[in-house]
Amino acid sequence: MGIFQRFARLPLKSRYIWCLSSQYSTDLTAVDRALIVRSSQLIQHRCVHSRGLGASPGNPGAAPPRLPFSRVTHEDLAFFRTLLPGRTITDPDLLKSSNVDWLKTVEGNSEVLLRPKTTEEVSQILRYCNERNLAVCPQGGNTGLVGGSVPVFDEIILSTSLMNQVITFDNISGILTCQAGCVLENLSNYLEEKDFIMPLDLGAKGSCHIGGNVSTNAGGLRLLRYGSLRGTVLGLEVVLADGRILNCLATLRKDNTGYDLKQLFIGSEGTLGVITAVSILCPRKPKAVNVAFLGCSSFQQLLETFQCCRGMLGEILSAFEFLDASCMSLLEKHLKLTNPITESPFYIVIETAGSNAAHDEEKLHKFLEEVMTSSLVTDGTVATEATKIKALWSLRERVTEALTHEGYTYKYDISLPVEKIYDLVQDMRGHLGDRAKNVVGYGHVGDGNLHLNITSPSKDPALLAAIEPYVYEWTSKWKGSISAEHGLGLKKRNYIYYSKPSEAVALMGSIKAMLDPKGILNPYKTLPDNIH
Amino acid sequence: MSARVLVGVKRVIDYAVKIRVKPDRTGVVTDGVKHSMNPFCEIAVEEAVKLKEKKLVKEVVAVSCGPQQVQETIRTALAMGADRGIHVEVSGKDYETLGPLQVSKILAALAKKEQADLIILGKQAIDDDCNQTGQMTAALLDWPQGTFASELTFEADKLKVVREIDGGLETIMIKLPAVVTADLRLNTPRYATLPNIMKAKKKKIANVKPADLGVDVSSRLEVLKVDEPPQRQAGVKVETVEDLVGKLKEAGRI
Repeated sequence: MGIFQRFARLPLKSRYIWCLSSQYSTDLTAVDRALIVRSSQLIQHRCVHSRGLGASPGNPGAAPPRLPFSRVTHEDLAFFRTLLPGRTITDPDLLKSSNVDWLKTVEGNSEVLLRPKTTEEVSQILRYCNERNLAVCPQGGNTGLVGGSVPVFDEIILSTSLMNQVITFDNISGILTCQAGCVLENLSNYLEEKDFIMPLDLGAKGSCHIGGNVSTNAGGLRLLRYGSLRGTVLGLEVVLADGRILNCLATLRKDNTGYDLKQLFIGSEGTLGVITAVSILCPRKPKAVNVAFLGCSSFQQLLETFQCCRGMLGEILSAFEFLDASCMSLLEKHLKLTNPITESPFYIVIETAGSNAAHDEEKLHKFLEEVMTSSLVTDGTVATEATKIKALWSLRERVTEALTHEGYTYKYDISLPVEKIYDLVQDMRGHLGDRAKNVVGYGHVGDGNLHLNITSPSKDPALLAAIEPYVYEWTSKWKGSISAEHGLGLKKRNYIYYSKPSEAVALMGSIKAMLDPKGILNPYKTLPDNIH
Repeated sequence: MSARVLVGVKRVIDYAVKIRVKPDRTGVVTDGVKHSMNPFCEIAVEEAVKLKEKKLVKEVVAVSCGPQQVQETIRTALAMGADRGIHVEVSGKDYETLGPLQVSKILAALAKKEQADLIILGKQAIDDDCNQTGQMTAALLDWPQGTFASELTFEADKLKVVREIDGGLETIMIKLPAVVTADLRLNTPRYATLPNIMKAKKKKIANVKPADLGVDVSSRLEVLKVDEPPQRQAGVKVETVEDLVGKLKEAGRI
């Protein structure tokens, strides 16, 4: 009897038990668990090539059982307290916020939070933990959306919040070197005084740390103009699992000497090493920034507007974002923001940034005239003043916040060919029908990146089962990415096969085994469970 | 109603910009700095346009005094719904010393020339905080004034104005023609939408010189110096309550 038939005979009830949360996984016998995990591997592995297997293999996003790491003892605490006096936190009230993610969907049980100030301290912590076989969860601003920044069980939280010093800034080359715990907004403010800006910007800027941004290869609102962190990060200082310090903090634009190790750590989500310092190339602050907020009556027209925009605005275009009418009504309902233009099915936020206000405004006005007269756009408004610009941007940046007021949000961050982006949203609406309260789409349409969000008043396993793996299969069919910029973390680790072939994932496992043989760095995250 | 409204709009440094004093301390740096319409003037324009939409007034005329750049500000008013603009050309030294007295003389002259029935201004400008232009204009024209207006209603040929004053709200009834100055809560200015921005490009802006209106813009005031406010001193952090008490005693506070 094959695995699949056996699985199909599992009573419906136990599938739901598995779906609920990790704590229920202990109710199933070891045999059942092994079965589900094994079948989920096979189904996922096979899913890309063959479809129609019917039953979804439980909830691959739930946590696996605790691996046999050591538990923290009094001797361990004594060591940490000597190394980091006053910065070894064990108070459960203080630990609470670091144990829960920003979305309040995953919670760990760590009992120790460490706050090192220097790379040397991080090195000593990891050397000790490696010897003692203690698991570590590196944590920056804890703004991640895939459960990658909080412990799953009792991993020691290693926080970068006190590593917040700028090391150097060269205002000729624009290269900034700083510790990994610098808050993105603080770096932006620091640079603004010197007439520069950070090459990335995201809604979480007030809390996220640059180290976290780099280890998750964060995208954000400026990627269209300045590229990804893989291009703008020039060097990294990383502490490896055994405490070795890898200093590749180059401040050179060009350096082709050997393998580019920093690319391994960028986007590795804290599983290959802990980033302690970053050197990053910063662009000059634009003298003139304009924001236009436009309304379109169809997605096709939105895409044509994008093409027109690219052609007419060209080098001054710095952001092209969209949101749909459902997002706007949530913003109006929960955050009391006003729609500056007439209601439309789609809204676009376009930002231009350049060195000459008159030149940019002329280009922008010509473009706006063109899209208005050709009826690609039905209404719009423009802002050049800082306060109005902020107000228009908040209509895009605060959608995530508005969604949290609707109850429980299922978030999907998908990369697709640009023409297909909204098809997924409409398909999901049809597929889910009444089961979901809201199905909204917004995001970096200029980068082909959709943020699909589905809400229900509370966590709903039936809804989850309807969404997953349907959404991943849909994405895989169009050769998209199941996580464009949010990363895999805890929630999406087992879905990696939808976007990467098994040979690639196997090689990732080998690299992980080589750099972190005991697997103490951010376990249960990023790589699928079957890699061990 | 065949009323004509005159709205004054002033081009000021955008309120989100960090102000820097010129090294020679004669004023603040304005070159290359972002300028926009004074927020209270925006509220004034919005109120005038609302009155036109309610068909209580027939025409809204936006006025600004200054160099070439103020035309941008007038265009913004036109994009919000004003019908035409008047640019009173004042530049160079005259513009640097232009203040409420001269502006009010200009507005009074224009009100007579254009046969305006109502003048709506912002209560004050965010660069000089004078809060004088509206009051002076009313005095020069011998018209009643409703300043710090947070609510404006037409009642036959009179205006009911609710004013924000220190003690609360004061409601007065004034006859037209009158001068009203807008306070923060009068309304929320609209975003200028693209169709209106396009239409505004075709609306007329007339050019006038102060001399044409018989106004002398020379100033009787001389700015002696401009300084930044004193730097805030850094605070001192203490570790314990005893330290705090000790430091307070040292500073003679307790």
